[in-house]
Amino acid sequence: MSRGTPLLPCHRRAGARLVDFHGWLLPLHYGSQLEEHHRVRRAAGLFDVSHMTVLDLEGPGAEPFLRHLLALDVAPLAPGQARYGCMLNPRGGVIDDLIAYRLGPARFRLVLNAATRERDLAWMREQGLARTAWREREDLAMLALQGPEARALLHGLLGPEAREAAEALAPFHALEREEAGGAVGGPLFLARTGYTGEDGYELLVPAQAAPRWWEALVAAGATPAGLGARDTLRLEAGLNLQGADMDETVTPLEAGLGWTVAWEPAGRAFVGREALEAQRRAGVPRARTGLVLEGRGVMRAGAEVLDEAGRSLGTVTSGGFGPTVGRSVALARVAAPTPPPGARVQVLLRGRPHPARIARPPFVRGGRVRLPSGSADG
Amino acid sequence: MSTTGEIPEELRYSRTHEWVRQEEDGTVTVGITDHAQTQLGDLVYVELPEAGRVLEAGEACAVVESVKAASDVYAPVGGEVVEVNEELAEAPERINEDPYGAGWLLRLRPSDPAELEGLLDGAAYAALIQEEAREGGAGTEEA
Repeated sequence: MSRGTPLLPCHRRAGARLVDFHGWLLPLHYGSQLEEHHRVRRAAGLFDVSHMTVLDLEGPGAEPFLRHLLALDVAPLAPGQARYGCMLNPRGGVIDDLIAYRLGPARFRLVLNAATRERDLAWMREQGLARTAWREREDLAMLALQGPEARALLHGLLGPEAREAAEALAPFHALEREEAGGAVGGPLFLARTGYTGEDGYELLVPAQAAPRWWEALVAAGATPAGLGARDTLRLEAGLNLQGADMDETVTPLEAGLGWTVAWEPAGRAFVGREALEAQRRAGVPRARTGLVLEGRGVMRAGAEVLDEAGRSLGTVTSGGFGPTVGRSVALARVAAPTPPPGARVQVLLRGRPHPARIARPPFVRGGRVRLPSGSADG
Repeated sequence: MSTTGEIPEELRYSRTHEWVRQEEDGTVTVGITDHAQTQLGDLVYVELPEAGRVLEAGEACAVVESVKAASDVYAPVGGEVVEVNEELAEAPERINEDPYGAGWLLRLRPSDPAELEGLLDGAAYAALIQEEAREGGAGTEEA
């Protein structure tokens, strides 16, 4: 039996098609997944992401623990600053990807995937989580407000002080207020982060206040959007999905996430470091790339990627129809070195080869389509 | 919990979620049901057979591809394809908007009109959907 988030009544009232997502009952869409996608690219969409796992860590042991646990380094983060990265196993495989926030000198917040919650917690306990004060924030609900109009829309719902602070908030920064003022009021954690390739916010609010935030944001013009649009938006933005584009058998270097690994200082012995360094010296055997289908059809996870001569290059790890691109786009893991952008390949769909081209993700940035020259017009 | 969607009385249905309408000129029009389009979600591509192709009953004759999955469409009865809905190439969303009207897929001239007798009426089709929902564990819910 799936559990509902604090926003389930709002979803039902809005006519959502609800699906089980790793034990959570969440909206797939509210009528049209494509329309929701376009609203996020063109205006502002609102997602219930309360299924995400939120952990707060506090005390003198928190920073040393996280510097051991994560391939990103929290040490350089100023209070209110966030960083994206991975939690690895000793072989360098990705247990989960996450965002780490420093909230204060000895206070941190991690936002992890719902699908990997049990594994994440078990692994963190094994690595010494108990030596620091920590708690899971099941008392909070999480909303993502994304799109070119998202920030202005939210600012209109804040009191003057919080509003001014929000307007000054840089990407990958967050603010916390005990009293947000404005239309809804009460405690608010506001981060300029997201999973769509658009500007916007992720909000953490008390569970009991979440429906009021939801209704106020919708009344102000945000379009409710479901998991379906969330997936096509992140795919076009070239953002990996844990469990699809990477897992514990794939290193960040093989998943296009080498940039998230903090190699300096060289003395920081994070879990997986030795394996990553060995792989970096030897060269990665396979790497992430992007694909754009030339013609009609939809690339989906598991489809085989071939070169023009029909030799296997690798596999699509996630794919779909890109509503903004107007064609199917995919992320794939192929033998390294990856073919250059624009190179012609073939993808087997329902047993038949379809022409595609290599393209470097993101496929869409800031609402604009970016494809290699030579690709057919969408 | 699952809804059956709209099921017009005057049509006949296959167990694979196609609908069939008998036309006055002896041909039949074929499409996918409201329930089928709801399950698939927004359609993005449709692949239709060539006019003139002769199909066996139950033969895969078209592909409807949505944001969620690609699905085969099966000929509810055997016959020759006399016309396909060309508009769907540019506007696959017609199937979502109007599955029993502008979203029709193809017209067939049945080779054996007796095959039409083997199709389901609306009540039997509604029962089939309910049964499938129970067997499938009803992974989705219409709020």
